[in-house]
Amino acid sequence: MEILTIGLLLGATYALIAMGLNLQYGVARIMNLANGEMLVAGAFGAFWVFTAQKVSPYVALLFVVPAAFGLNWLIYRTLLRPLVRRAKNRGMLEVDSILATFGMSFVFVGIMLMAFGGDYFSYSYLAEPFVIFGSPYGLNKVVAFVAAAAICGLLYLGLNKTRTGMAIRAVAVDPAAAGLAGIDVPKMSTFAFALGGAVTAGGGIMLSTFLTLDASIGVVFTMKALIIVIMGGVGDVRGAIIASLILGLAETAVASLIDPGLTLAAAYLLFVLVLLFRPQGLFGRRPS
Amino acid sequence: MTRREIRNTILAVIAFAILPWLPFLKDSGYLMSLAIPIAMYTVLATSWALFSGPTHYISLATAAFYGVGAYVVAGGIGVVPYAVLVLLAGVAGAILAALVGLATLRLSGVYFVIFTLGLAEMVRQLVTWVQNNFTGSRGLYVLTDITERIIYWELLVLAALVYLIGWIVNRSRLGFAMRIIGNDELVAAHVGIHSARAKVILFVISGIFAAVVGAVMAPRFTYIEPSLAFSPELSFQVVIMALLGGVHRLWGPLVGVIPFTLLWEVIAASFPTQTVLLLGVAFLLIVYFIPQGVVGLIESLMRRAGIGRGSGDG
Repeated sequence: MEILTIGLLLGATYALIAMGLNLQYGVARIMNLANGEMLVAGAFGAFWVFTAQKVSPYVALLFVVPAAFGLNWLIYRTLLRPLVRRAKNRGMLEVDSILATFGMSFVFVGIMLMAFGGDYFSYSYLAEPFVIFGSPYGLNKVVAFVAAAAICGLLYLGLNKTRTGMAIRAVAVDPAAAGLAGIDVPKMSTFAFALGGAVTAGGGIMLSTFLTLDASIGVVFTMKALIIVIMGGVGDVRGAIIASLILGLAETAVASLIDPGLTLAAAYLLFVLVLLFRPQGLFGRRPS
Repeated sequence: MTRREIRNTILAVIAFAILPWLPFLKDSGYLMSLAIPIAMYTVLATSWALFSGPTHYISLATAAFYGVGAYVVAGGIGVVPYAVLVLLAGVAGAILAALVGLATLRLSGVYFVIFTLGLAEMVRQLVTWVQNNFTGSRGLYVLTDITERIIYWELLVLAALVYLIGWIVNRSRLGFAMRIIGNDELVAAHVGIHSARAKVILFVISGIFAAVVGAVMAPRFTYIEPSLAFSPELSFQVVIMALLGGVHRLWGPLVGVIPFTLLWEVIAASFPTQTVLLLGVAFLLIVYFIPQGVVGLIESLMRRAGIGRGSGDG
């Protein structure tokens, strides 16, 4: 029961991060290996605000998220647009964007090492017990769950009920056809990439309220987000949410039953199972 | 053999005839400290390019194989003869590569890249867990009487092997199949190439080399711990060097390895805290400005000047 609850609480934050990556990969077609670094950068923002300014990390959302949006917008416009132009087909763009974002992830790690040093960082925020079904859980985890679920819900509504959301979904399905239907594909791709980065940074803030992070841990979260996106099926919001909950549960189960140091191994195990049995995603259809 | 091949073979024979004598030069200590990394990265980058060059499947897992190789030696030293351990390291590398290949290479390239991205970190977690729970100590000592000189010679043998195998593969049906797969996987499937099997075989070869290099280098560390053996920077440097040189020629990575290793010695000595940042910047510069590598750049310049006679396979 405890494993179930903690896993679900963790899963909501993962869902948020995976949604960020889904926007970047599913819509803007950029396989972003620097995604985890954006998350850690968001977490650093919250950490800095909390320790230096004594402000709640959730207030940090108000300016870390817009800053991440701007930064990702800039990255897409200056660094990734040339690759999109250079690529002759989707496969080439994939190779180029993987290489470029892999390089960027090292640049980000380097900058964060310079700015904050290589130490682990954590802070104590709302570390009070909160009772669910008779057992106590960290209040910070519960708050993170609520915040992540709220943002996920907003994103879902935004994607499904607004005109911009519909344009984004159209680009995700087929950029060429979306262009023919009068959608400004480059603009929508940029927007989706920037939004994805902002959502990821927001997820980082929530994680930082209950996890200990350091400058070079980003790759672990990139992995988790990628695994969730693949498990759920690229571009499938419902699949991503369920996949995040599964990953959250699996990790919590391994951490509490075997060893907390093996969470990534748990994620890999899920990954291998997905690759072997459902490479098209949980709800995807087998290509005919 | 074409004239280009005869020329390359003669150059290679001369190089491998001279290089083994380097340790006998006077004051060869400093020379060795440069020659060993150069030889090591030559083997790693060339074997990396054997697989990733023709297929464009970027492997980010060199450190995982290297670390496994180093750990096989560290775990068995004093119990099993060193030569056997090096062989075992190769076997371990082959098994790991086959498992990764079988899980991912049947599918599109993205799954493979993602899988390799976190592989070193996951193996590191597993090794750390095993050590914490079953052996009690985090690190392992590798105490042998193997000198720098012997390591250098072992690496030279590996380099000769990797070139030989690369040359054979390029001339074989397998190499031809790989180039078709790299150009268009659908076409490859339609002309009857068993593309998953071809990819797995080549990835296994490249994994064996990385693991054996790890095993050869282990005595040089004397003390091995997970964060050292599975360092992500190693995977990254191998990719950088191979791309810098150019991956469409067998000797392309070598052109990247020598200048980069020398440059890195200087950078690591002068800016020890900013190495990660500088690595990333160097990588971005290569991806954006010389995507075909130095060799590709020179060849296209030569072609433009009218000197080159098309592109054969060398």
